[in-house]
Amino acid sequence: MTLNLTHFSAAVVFALFASVVFGITQRNTMIDQFKYGLYCFALFVGGVFLAGWAMWLLRR
Amino acid sequence: MAKASTEKAAVQPEYPITTMSVVAPIVGWLIPGAGHLLLKRYVRGVLLMISVVAMFFIGLGMNGRVYGPNGGDILEMLGFVGDVGSGVFYFLARIMEWGQAPAATAIADYGKTFLIVAGLLNFIAAADAHHIALGKKP
Repeated sequence: MTLNLTHFSAAVVFALFASVVFGITQRNTMIDQFKYGLYCFALFVGGVFLAGWAMWLLRR
Repeated sequence: MAKASTEKAAVQPEYPITTMSVVAPIVGWLIPGAGHLLLKRYVRGVLLMISVVAMFFIGLGMNGRVYGPNGGDILEMLGFVGDVGSGVFYFLARIMEWGQAPAATAIADYGKTFLIVAGLLNFIAAADAHHIALGKKP
């Protein structure tokens, strides 16, 4: 069985799991862990969109 | 008297090494999240376990390559270091000969990255278990 994720969905799944681990390991209290996890997720996904638009502009 | 107590305080480490501070990261490396479970951080342990194990198996599902021990190219050596971070799942993959196909597609390349990052994240989780056991982190 092969998982055929698109580049975007693979990046979002990656961002989700990496953000969970970063949130838990880099902050002390539960609320801080949740906030930092969300922050990392937003940066990951935001970075994907930025890189995507940058590549689109470069291709023009 | 005050000087003697100051010297004694200087000699004593702030966070002395305990048995649990050694055992927890090793168990956490072998079974992702288990170090936290051992330290009774159940929610964190389960979330870490789900994250690392899911990333590992998604990587395998994408036909990602599992690196064996090697002494060749530096990137292959680093790939092995990342992969071995997944603990028993890495050894299981090697025994079952999973992830041995060459990365012929972009998806397989993403899979390889998932496998390496799963291991590296588990190393971070194991270090976190060490800090909790030492008392540096609640």
